[in-house]
Order: sequence, then structure tokens, then C-alpha cells
Amino acid sequence: MLRWIVIALVLFACCDAHALDPAMVAKLASGDGDEKVAAVAALLASGEERAAVLLKALADGEVQVAGSRVIIVKGETATDAISGAAIAALPEGREDVVVNNRLRRELEAAMAALKLVSPDRAVRAAAVKELSGGAAPAMLPLIRQALAKETDPDIKSALEMISAAMDLQGADRGARLEAVKRLAGSRDPNTKMLLLPLADKSEADEEVRRAAQESLKIVEARYARSQFVGLLFSGVSLGSILLLAALGLAITYGLMGVINMAHGELIMIGAYSTYVVQNLFRANFPGAFDWYLAFAVPASFVVAAAVGMALERTVIRWLYGRPLETLLATWGISLMLIQGVRSIFGAQNVQVENPAFMSGGAEILAGVVLPWSRIVIVGFAAAVVAGMALLLSRTRLGLFVRGVTQNRAMAACVGVPTSRVDTWAFGLGSGLAGLAGCALSQIGNVGPDLGQSYIVDSFLVVVLGGVGQLAGTIYAALGLGFANKLLESWAGAVLAKIAVLVFIIVFIQKRPQGLFALRGRALES
Amino acid sequence: MIFARLYGPKGWIALACAAAIVFGVFPVLNLVVPPDNPFHMSAFGVQLGGKIMCYMIVAIAMDLVWGYAGILSLGHGLFFALGGYAFGMYLMRQIGADGQYRVDMPDFMVFLDWKAFPWQWWNSDSFLWAAFLVVAVPGLLAFVFGYFAFRSRVKGVYFSIITQALTYAAMLLFFRNATGFGGNNGFTDFKRILGIPIATPEMRMALFALTGATVIATLLLGRFLVTSKFGRVLAAIRDAEARVMFCGYDTLWYKLFVWTLSAVLCGIAGALYVPQVGIINPSEMSPANSIEIAIWAAVGGRGTLVGPVIGAGLVNGAKSVFTNAFPEYWLYVLGLLFILVTLFLPNGVVGLVKRWRRAA
Repeated sequence: MLRWIVIALVLFACCDAHALDPAMVAKLASGDGDEKVAAVAALLASGEERAAVLLKALADGEVQVAGSRVIIVKGETATDAISGAAIAALPEGREDVVVNNRLRRELEAAMAALKLVSPDRAVRAAAVKELSGGAAPAMLPLIRQALAKETDPDIKSALEMISAAMDLQGADRGARLEAVKRLAGSRDPNTKMLLLPLADKSEADEEVRRAAQESLKIVEARYARSQFVGLLFSGVSLGSILLLAALGLAITYGLMGVINMAHGELIMIGAYSTYVVQNLFRANFPGAFDWYLAFAVPASFVVAAAVGMALERTVIRWLYGRPLETLLATWGISLMLIQGVRSIFGAQNVQVENPAFMSGGAEILAGVVLPWSRIVIVGFAAAVVAGMALLLSRTRLGLFVRGVTQNRAMAACVGVPTSRVDTWAFGLGSGLAGLAGCALSQIGNVGPDLGQSYIVDSFLVVVLGGVGQLAGTIYAALGLGFANKLLESWAGAVLAKIAVLVFIIVFIQKRPQGLFALRGRALES
Repeated sequence: MIFARLYGPKGWIALACAAAIVFGVFPVLNLVVPPDNPFHMSAFGVQLGGKIMCYMIVAIAMDLVWGYAGILSLGHGLFFALGGYAFGMYLMRQIGADGQYRVDMPDFMVFLDWKAFPWQWWNSDSFLWAAFLVVAVPGLLAFVFGYFAFRSRVKGVYFSIITQALTYAAMLLFFRNATGFGGNNGFTDFKRILGIPIATPEMRMALFALTGATVIATLLLGRFLVTSKFGRVLAAIRDAEARVMFCGYDTLWYKLFVWTLSAVLCGIAGALYVPQVGIINPSEMSPANSIEIAIWAAVGGRGTLVGPVIGAGLVNGAKSVFTNAFPEYWLYVLGLLFILVTLFLPNGVVGLVKRWRRAA
């Protein structure tokens, strides 16, 4: 890449009318150490494209002196360093120009500065990054020049930072004041570090100090705001993941009263279905890879639902009304599912790739980047909740499920096929777990143990929300997501998790029926 | 006569046989029979036997709460691990300056650059204090947790799930280095108890026999409780708690007593487990470990006390066979056990034997 740019520059330079200052070139070639460094700075300040070629050649050890003439030798061809004209025959008695370490450092910084005016955005971005560590005063004219031409907002703001930092180090009081004020508007995360030393007592100039303090206040307020927005979003994001994981459970446990410890494994099956669909797409339709999710979502639902319905028919059906036995049997199922997946796919995590539109992120505020994958999952969770609410309230199956939940005997009397409804409802809950797995595969590792890490959380969400309450599940998931992230920002991830668990344990003691309990008279629930 | 109340003549004979095997046959096979003899019991065998007997104690403790009081705990692994950690602290102090760093401090503390013992380690070089902690820590935690849970009448699956959350939270806590118990690695590399080296055959056999004695004592204690009036009330609470309350019993204290006792028994089992197995780490608190305890009791037969002992032996025996010979099939076997026992053997092996006897 870089090489091509240099070559392009060389070609461009051949037909360029501008030439370099011969005195400076001579100093660069034959002067002593200090003169050479000064020459580099002077060439740099000129901002000429020829200078870039010469400096690059010098760094690569291609510059030679023949008599008083400075030439660039590349293999068998030579060009004049000043005009860029090709030289027909290599002159005799050439000597290499020596580059010591100090000069090399200068050259590297100088070349980075010269890249600022490159037409390639990536090259400019890399150059800005390199220079943000610190730039020599000689580069200031060039940086100003680049700043004036720059159109890309990211690079522009970084350039502004660099030029402001250089202004601040300078002696010109007006320029310093102006730079401090300009920094207040900067969105760069390093602004604070730049302003801090100016705002305390070590700064001699009273006015600069006051201006710096003011700018610092503005910058800090903006920083706090964006932190808060970031926190808010990660809370929503975690909440939506918990919600997805717990929604299926809200049906199987909340509505049907079946303790399904294999729920986490149904999530895992959904994730592995996504993995399989992804592989099929990669092998057969590599061109349509970005669309694999459109098939993975229904596939993960169907596979998990099928597994769930099979489980209901063979095992869980015989244990209705015996919750503790159901718990143990479904735990056994979960162990077998884990081992089954391990036997088929191996114990290692498998790689599920995001489609292109889900990678990267949207920067909504300075320093707050929201990953697209998480944004999509929040939307997906909302869509799933809406779909399930519609299903339960508007369809015949939903009506039957609600009827059987509320009064099984009466539902059977009016002709609802209760045992078939049980199977369908369990399949629905399992399918929702599959959808959760599909979503989780986009943001985390997919391995046989995937489900284990969600089972405790999702049960707690359902229990906290109140059994039999779908709305409660939603509030509980979002609430837990927020609480977890908020505590995390204070106490770290592990302590936050522990605090949330302890909170729930205490909460259930106080309100065993969850947040949104139905009032009832039954002594035995 | 109290002996007659606990077991009939056949029961006592069976118990005497078991005691004879643990205190007579195994020590002879291990210490007297030379190693090249096919009947020699290896050090590994002693360790495995001791480990399984620790699990038997836990299974009895589980049966007391689940089989007799109807409280399914998914957090008994926590009490077991706490007992283990309490005694492990003492064992770590007994290493003295023989650790990797030759400093009179556990290696992980040197590694973390701690200069002094944190408060949890107060008096941890005293054997009596360690023995006290083994009983007090699980007991106190169970008492406080149980008091609030039972007072709020949290029961059934709710109770199971919050015990699971409890052990999960504790596991996360113990995984942290800052908690002061060695983080992920926990405690290991023990050298001595009361100044006597652990790694000798005699000491191992002594621990083995002590564990066996504890199993028998726990079994008799459990039997004593469940055959008493207290046991009757407990069974009544299991079957119809509301009615027992209407009869004027305060069920809270009955449940709380058996719950706390069960936790203490688990703690003792953990303390016996650690020196024999030689390691304790937070994975002992994982929810999966705790739920396995329930299957020991279920396989043997809930509400029989002797059933869980058999169940713990069978399941763990099968586990060590399978994880050696066909490691990838063990989870299938364990999973199938969970399913088949709950579906077809609600009274476990003991129930099966009883049914055969009745049929014969």
C-alpha cells in the first residue's frame, strides 16, 4: 500500500515544476548532524511532494552524493534529488549519505507528517495516529495546511488536537489562549489530559489557566454525559439479552409451571443451529453470506422448538405437578444435551461470524460507540416480545394456552385439547430459547456450556418478575440489566453480579410472588 | 430401648458388617497386605473410598432436608465447600515455611504480595478454631438464610432456585483473589495435620477410618431424629405444611433446625474431604455439583437415610469407573440417571428392593 503511494508520488513528482531548495538539499546530504535535522525540518515545512520522495529515499538509504550533486539511486536507475529528473548514467565516485539514529527518528516523524496530505484516507488516518503521540514544531505549517484541506471529520478532529497541543507548547500567548478555547469544543478523549496540566498551579499565565479551567469543565461535562449514555445503552443491551433468554422460560415456567433446567441448553441449541446455517451459507452461497441470519432465525426457532416438543412428549409430560422431579429430570436432559453437542461439534467454542451489516458500530456521541450487533439485538428482542404478545393475545393457540393455564379442567370441558396445547406451548417456549441462542451467537462465544451461564439468570428474571406475568418478565429483565451495569461501573463485574444475586435472594424473601404478583386467596401456591 | 428404636436386629447386623469392612478389612488390605498382592488396596483406593464416604455424609444431610422435610436444596455444595475451606485454612497454615517461597505464609498470599494475613485468617493456625469454624460457618449461614427464607414461607421450587443463586454467588465471590482464599486455585499442597504428615499410608488410613466413623454416626443421628416425634412432625410438614400449622405447630423452627443441622453435616463432610483429596477450590460451589447431590439421594431412595448412602456410593463409584474408562459417556449416564430415576424409580434403589421383597 505505502509503496504504491510512494511510487505514485514519484511519478507525480517527475512532471512537477516545483523544485526543492538546493541549499537545504545540500545541507541534508553533506551537513553535520544538526544541519541535517534542520534541513529535514525546512524541507518538511515546504510541504512539497518532492520532499516526501527525498526523505523516504533517505530513510531507505537510497540517497547518494556524487560531487556536489545529490541523487536518489534505486537499483540501476538514478534521479536528481532536487528536480526529480532522471539521470541517464550513474555518475562515478558516489557516496552514501549516512543516517544516524537521531536523524532516522526525525525522518520517521517527518514522513508521517507528509502523509497527512496523502489523498488516501487510510494513510492519513494512520499518519494522524502516529503524530498524536507528539509532533515537532517544524511540522506545524504542514499540519495547518493539512487541516485546511481535510474533509474527513475524524481525521480533522485529531488534527485539531495535534495543532492545539503544539500551539499550547509554543510561546505565543494569543495562540495558546485561542488553542485552550478551541479545545473546549474537541471531542477527542485525550483533550482532558492535554488541559489538566494547564488548569493547575504549575501554569504561570493566569488568563490561560482560567481559560483552561473553563474548557476543562465543558469537556468533563461532555465526557460524563457520554459515559452516562454509554451506561444506559449497555443496561438496555444486557436487559434485552436477559429478556430474550428469559422469555421462553416465562412461558414454560411462568405459564405452564414447568421447571425446565434444560432451558439454557435450548438456547445453546439455537446458537449451534445458527452456526450450522452459517456454515451452509459459507459453503454453498458465499455471495449471500450476509443474508444467512434471515434463515438462521427461523432455523434456530424450529430446531429448538422441535427438541423442546420432543422432550415434552417423552419426559416432561409424565412429571406435571411434580416440580422438584421435573427440575431433576430436566437437569439430566441438559447434561445429555451438553454432552451430545460436545460429541457432535467438539468441546471447543465454534466461530459464528457477524454479517457485514452487524459489525462495527454507530458513534452517537464522542467516545460512545454502540456496536451494531447489540443495537440489532435490542430491536430483535423488542420484535420477539411484540410477536409473542400478539401470539398470546390474538391467536387461537394463545387463547388455548391462557385458558389451559388458568383452568385446565374447564378448558378441557369446553373442548380444548389440553395435552396438545401443552406440547405446543412448550415448543413455543423452547423456540423462543432458540431465538435467544441465535441472538447470543452474534455477540458472544458459542460453546457447549453457553446455556449454563444463562440458566441462573433467566430463572431469576422470571421469578423476580412474578410467575405467570409476561409484563413482569420484561420489567425484571430490563431492571436487572440496568442494575447490573450500574453496579458494574462502581464495583466491577463480579461484585456487581454477586450484589444482584444477593438482592434477588433478599427480594424473594420479602415478596415470594415476584414484583407483579397476582392477588389470590390460595394458601398453597 | 433406643437401639431397638433405631434399627431392627438385621439393620444392626448390616451396620456392624459395614463397620467391620471400614475399620477392619480395608485397613488390613491397605496396610498389611503387601503391594504386589492382588488383594492389596492402593493409596488411590483409600483416597477414593474416603472421598465417596464424605459424599455419603452429604447425601444423608440432603436426605434429612429433602426426603424428610421436603426442602430440595440446590446449594448444599456451598456448605460442603465452606467446611472444606474452613479446615483448608488450617491445613494451609500447617504447611508453614515449606511452601514454594519458603515463607511462613500460604504461597498464593506471597504471590499476591500480601504482607499480613487478612481478617478471615484470624487464629487460623489453631486446630480447635478451625474445627469450630467448620461447624459454625456453614451452620450460621444456613441459619440466617433459612430463617429469612422459611419465615417468608419461601418453599418448593422457589427455595431451590434461591439456594442455587446463593451457591452461584458464593462461587463468584470465592473466584476473586481479593476474597482471600486463593482465588481460582483455592487451597492445595497440604503437608500436615497437627504436625503429623498427611501423605503417609497410616495417616491416610486414619482419615479414612475417621470418615467411616462419621458416616455411621451421621446415619445413626439421622435415624434417631427421624424416628423421634420431631421426625414425625417433619414428615407431616413435608406432606401438608398448612395443616401442621393449623394444628398449632410453628413449622419455622422445625424446618430451620433440620436445615441448619444438614448444613453443619455438610461442613463436617467438607472438612474430612479436603485433607484426603488434597485440594479445595471454588468449583466445588458450582450449581452443577450441588444438584448432583440431589441425584445421589434420589438414586438411593429419598426418605430412607440408608438409601442416599447407597446412592452416593453407586453414583460416585460409577462416576470414577466411567470417567476413567469412557470419559465422554459419563454425562450421558448421569443425565439418563436423572431422567430414569425421576420417571421410573421415585423411591430409588431402596424402593425397588422393598417392592421385590413384597412381591416375593
